[in-house]
Amino acid sequence: MWAIGLAVACSRTTNPLLLLLAVSVAALVVAARRGSSPWARAFRLYLVLGASIVVLRVLLHLLVGFKFGQTRLYTLPSIDLPGITILGPVYLEGVLAAAVEGLRLASLIACIGAANALANPKRLLRAMPSALHEIGTAVVISVTVAPQLAESVQRVRRARVLRGEGGSGLRSVGRVALPVLQDTLDRSLLLASAMDSRGYGRRPEQSPRVRHLTGALTLTGLLGAAVGTYGVLDATAPAAVGLPMLVAGLLLCVAGLRVGGRAVQRTAYRPDPWATPEWLVAGSGVAAAVLVVVAARADPTAFVLPLEPLAPPALPLLAVVGLLLAAVPAFAAPEPPRRGSRT
Amino acid sequence: MSAPVVVLDRVSVRYAGSPRPTLRDASVVVEEGELAVVVGRTGAGKSTLLGAVNGTVPHFTGGHLSGRVTVAGLDTRTHRPRDLAGVVGVVSQDPLAGFVTDTVEEELAYTLEQLGVEPSAMRRRVEEVLDVLGIADLRDAPLHDLSGGQQQRVAIGSVLTANPRVLVLDEPTSALDPTGAEEVLATLSRLVHDLGLTVLVSEHRLERIVGLADRLVLVAEDGTVSHGAPSDLMAQSPLAPPVVHLGRWAGWQPLPLTVRDARRAARDLRAALGPSTEQVVAAHHAAPQDTSPASVPAPLLAGTAVEVHHGDLVAVDGVDLSLAPGEVVALMGRNGSGKSSLLWALHGSGHRHGGDVTVAAGPAATTGAAASAPGAGGASTVDPARVSPGVRRRHVGLVPQSAADLLYLPSVDDECHQADTEAGAAPGTAREHLDRLAPGIDGAAHPRDLSEGQRLALVVAIQLTAAPATLLLDEPTRGLDYPAKAALSSLLRDLAAAGGAVLVATHDVEFAAGVADRVVVLARGRVVADGPAVDVLCDSPAFAPQVAKVLAPTRLLTVDDVRRALPGVPVTVGGAR
Repeated sequence: MWAIGLAVACSRTTNPLLLLLAVSVAALVVAARRGSSPWARAFRLYLVLGASIVVLRVLLHLLVGFKFGQTRLYTLPSIDLPGITILGPVYLEGVLAAAVEGLRLASLIACIGAANALANPKRLLRAMPSALHEIGTAVVISVTVAPQLAESVQRVRRARVLRGEGGSGLRSVGRVALPVLQDTLDRSLLLASAMDSRGYGRRPEQSPRVRHLTGALTLTGLLGAAVGTYGVLDATAPAAVGLPMLVAGLLLCVAGLRVGGRAVQRTAYRPDPWATPEWLVAGSGVAAAVLVVVAARADPTAFVLPLEPLAPPALPLLAVVGLLLAAVPAFAAPEPPRRGSRT
Repeated sequence: MSAPVVVLDRVSVRYAGSPRPTLRDASVVVEEGELAVVVGRTGAGKSTLLGAVNGTVPHFTGGHLSGRVTVAGLDTRTHRPRDLAGVVGVVSQDPLAGFVTDTVEEELAYTLEQLGVEPSAMRRRVEEVLDVLGIADLRDAPLHDLSGGQQQRVAIGSVLTANPRVLVLDEPTSALDPTGAEEVLATLSRLVHDLGLTVLVSEHRLERIVGLADRLVLVAEDGTVSHGAPSDLMAQSPLAPPVVHLGRWAGWQPLPLTVRDARRAARDLRAALGPSTEQVVAAHHAAPQDTSPASVPAPLLAGTAVEVHHGDLVAVDGVDLSLAPGEVVALMGRNGSGKSSLLWALHGSGHRHGGDVTVAAGPAATTGAAASAPGAGGASTVDPARVSPGVRRRHVGLVPQSAADLLYLPSVDDECHQADTEAGAAPGTAREHLDRLAPGIDGAAHPRDLSEGQRLALVVAIQLTAAPATLLLDEPTRGLDYPAKAALSSLLRDLAAAGGAVLVATHDVEFAAGVADRVVVLARGRVVADGPAVDVLCDSPAFAPQVAKVLAPTRLLTVDDVRRALPGVPVTVGGAR
């Protein structure tokens, strides 16, 4: 929830100062409140991914991008193809624009990474409505497969070296992939069989009418929610499509899940508390998003990096306050292992 | 409760595409409160038998099951594994692969959540199980951070919470060190004796469990099954722990199954052996060191002050270890004591943060590929971490814990051919090695269809194709039955006899006793014992093999040792009783 708020805030701006602020806020919270589980260590990976996106974006711009601006940095030999120029002169404005675009994506990824590092996917499963429980479990298992996959890739590559191969190059990919896939499949089958023998998926038969009702409610709800989200995020869309649609869609979803969940006989051992810290965490994310959106409505020019003419970006006070609010979980969230932040 | 809990009535199981049924007309009855041990060679169908008990076979695995399986009166034909979750608890070989949650407490509650038990009842049940298994202080611990023995106990606990009538365990101790295995087996015997639980368990290392068993279920290789009292079945079983072999050899009646029984029966044998025979055997076990003290050959592998770190953890802390030609060294120690890290560091492909390692070249490197080894000649040594993998494997080979990682081609012949090419050896070399290790493997077979022992043999053959002077093996006995272990052990002895050196990391005390000249014990990354196998193994209570325990103070490790020490005496010893 918190991370989504932060991510929404990021997507509305190309102001590099704000973006960097958002990333550092995410990093701060992660550093303060992460646990010691494997995925908690993955945050660095997300940061690296983000950085490489920035670099890639700039490189692409240099290679095929539409070059504009006045401040020429240097000129690369250019190849003119019909409709597209490869390489060619490089202008500061263009490079900056590309870098900021990349930075925006990178900060989104940092937000997702933060969410992933903070919230244990298995605990997330407990917060899911019971009708979605089985789908949820499948998703969670596929998420947890990733670290295992990395581990078995490493192991198999070591084994390849034992057979006297360097372990790099395209040819070795297949040789690594085959044992790794077999390994992963074996593991998944083991887990599935363990879960089966422990009573996973026990449920009484449902009448077809209830099943259809559940399906219809959930599907329309999701559709509504999707359209609504688009409306909220796209500033040009008519206001009526935005919030009301989103709320209606979500309500429908909840109704569908309620109906479907009635049939599942599961109980929760020690349900996760949802108390003041949790509200605070989720609220701070929402507040950040709202403040940034409001600030953007009020003063759109402050939110884009002024390119023509080139100028240092302004620092809108309201948005800064909003983003700083998002840092609240670093202090308000309960200590790990009782982590409070949710995606 | 008079009716048997588990009844298999004329059960046959045939998997699709398999030429013969895995189980054939198996009829097994297990009474309430019994500990039944399922025994059989690898691939004989032990897992299939256990899987049939809770319906995993055939509901989950597929295949065709005929006959009838009933558990506590419920037929597995009409009840799926998930419906039997409250009746049968299943624990697998690798506990970590079966864990669904992250912490001990949540894992214990998981089955109950699935069964829809009230939260208050759930909490009580979880507390009870925590106490029964003695894991109450681990309740908040992440599952990944537990030791193997603790993980396996949590896995047992996680099915116990549902209050099942039957517990089914498929080789629960095969991945554990001796101490962890003891923990798990002690837990099992407590559950049987105190709670009256019915337990079915399969196990390769019978020496640990056969004394606890009320019933043995013997799965023969053709899929037929016989069951009965342990002492009756053990008299003929091809798979038997050393103490039973000793009893058979000495002709003891009734056949002892535990060290305690055997020790009582062995009074005369101990007297016959006396302390004088010690020398004979000690000389055998320490042959390479004792016979050639004058001309000590240059070690084939020498590591000094080797250090390995994993983050903050010091896995290997300044270990000095050298391997002489003709020597088989067993590396023992707890799980996590640094055995694997040391092997990989010595091999040169793992991390090494300090110390030096030099390895001598194997025959192939000194003759065929001499150009790649600097200063070509018999005495040339290199640091394995500084040479390319291709050169390294001519000096030192490593068989990793999950040996199957090395295999990726669709058939045994392809693997052998590839091994020849990689090593630059004459075509057919790998196949020759393989035939020596495990004769009669079909060349067209897929490596994954081989038995555990055959697959290991294939990997060893591939590594031998490069003709390394030193061979390192990490836990090779995992999942091997007695005949396969014996084959491996004679293979390693052959390698040593041909002038190579072998370092084998193992938990298996009996295997180490049979194969090693020297035993090195690691604890927290340091060498705590290094000496002739007889001394190290006999002096340690945890690592002493059964025969040593029975015959102490005489220092003999294996039944073969006893035979060698007392040629032709068995009849008189047996007759004395």
